[in-house]
Amino acid sequence: MTKDNSPVTEDELHAYVDGELPAERQDAVKDWLASHPEAANLVASWRSQAESIRARYGAVANESVPERLKLARLSQRGRSWAALAVAASLAAFLIGGATGWMARGASATATSQADALTSEAIGAHRLYIGEVRHPIEVGATEAHLLPWLSRRVGTALRTPQLDEFGLKLLGGRLLPGIAGPAALFMYESANGERYTVYCSKLDAPDTALRYSEVSPVASVYWIEKAYGYVVSGPANQAKLKEIAKSAYEQMEKAEANKQTSLPAWLYFLRGS
Amino acid sequence: MKENTGVAGFRQSVEATIPALRRYARALTRDRDTADDLVQDTLVRALRAEHLFHGGDIRSWLYTILTNLNRNRLRSLARRPSIAPIDDNDAPDMAGPESGGRDIERALATLVDEQRAALLLVVLEGLSYREVADVQGVPIGTVMSRLARARVQIKSFLDGERPALRRVK
Repeated sequence: MTKDNSPVTEDELHAYVDGELPAERQDAVKDWLASHPEAANLVASWRSQAESIRARYGAVANESVPERLKLARLSQRGRSWAALAVAASLAAFLIGGATGWMARGASATATSQADALTSEAIGAHRLYIGEVRHPIEVGATEAHLLPWLSRRVGTALRTPQLDEFGLKLLGGRLLPGIAGPAALFMYESANGERYTVYCSKLDAPDTALRYSEVSPVASVYWIEKAYGYVVSGPANQAKLKEIAKSAYEQMEKAEANKQTSLPAWLYFLRGS
Repeated sequence: MKENTGVAGFRQSVEATIPALRRYARALTRDRDTADDLVQDTLVRALRAEHLFHGGDIRSWLYTILTNLNRNRLRSLARRPSIAPIDDNDAPDMAGPESGGRDIERALATLVDEQRAALLLVVLEGLSYREVADVQGVPIGTVMSRLARARVQIKSFLDGERPALRRVK
């Protein structure tokens, strides 16, 4: 082994402390330090700094990793972002929040269709419940409200009576929907809470009633005979489910009378 | 250097590095929540860029992301008045309650950001000079001068912290 006895530099002292010094210089530096006590003190102080740093922070690596830093959880959030992006690409109103989970079990197309439907409905809900003077286009007292919207949306619409929940129909408006014109009916309670019922043509298979929440707004949707319905209101799950169930029963009454199949709301109650 | 090409290997390597990233971030920021925020941002970015990663050292790559995010954070902080606590009254939050732990913490706080990162990557995280140069995107010589300046600064801070000892000598 050849020994390199050239003068020791400060860089070499750092490399010596950090274990970066080439093997052939180890002995030379060690010998040099033995005869240079000031440099040896310096090296000792650097070592002691490193030990203090490791003593102060080393144990952090032994702490259990907090839940929010678990990869499974972080990538779950990533997936819901992806679901949102799909919905957003279809929706005219982009709202914050994911509806991806609520249509589990449905096909991918139906899921994105339902996501888009709910996004549209909640977007419209948020936009118009804030309107003080013009929340609706045509008032509930005007006779042409239902004929007009039914004709434009393409199905015989009914407006549910929600008096038992203290809700009065204000009126409705026509909106662009994802697969054609959409109708939005607005209801208001005595203390100013507003609920909306949204209806639009939707080329997707029938579903049961499903609840989703994007605080402070929540909605329940269902799809029946190529039409999607969304009831939206303040995020109060129990109350909104009752209202949506009632709306569903009333709006589908004529159809349900003709059929013997289980009403969707029974699936809804059973499933949640 | 660990080479990982598969998705499972990628995730495993990232997961395995989280404790070390938390340690590095804690020493960099000296604040638990800020540190974990940095780690979280780092992981989110890493997962998002997963498809861009074609082998190489995942650990160094994660240190690089975290170091850059911290620099961005400090830049945005620089535009606001600092509200960092400077009093000694708060109790140490973890092991090492001896006064030495507080001293080194305050000494680190006096370092220029790049010097602090270089020193911590070497002495706490055990990266080689070459790896630190890659993380910081500078030549090895620059890493060494940062290291040297950091050590001088810490030494003078700690010596200044103990005037009594100096006087006795």
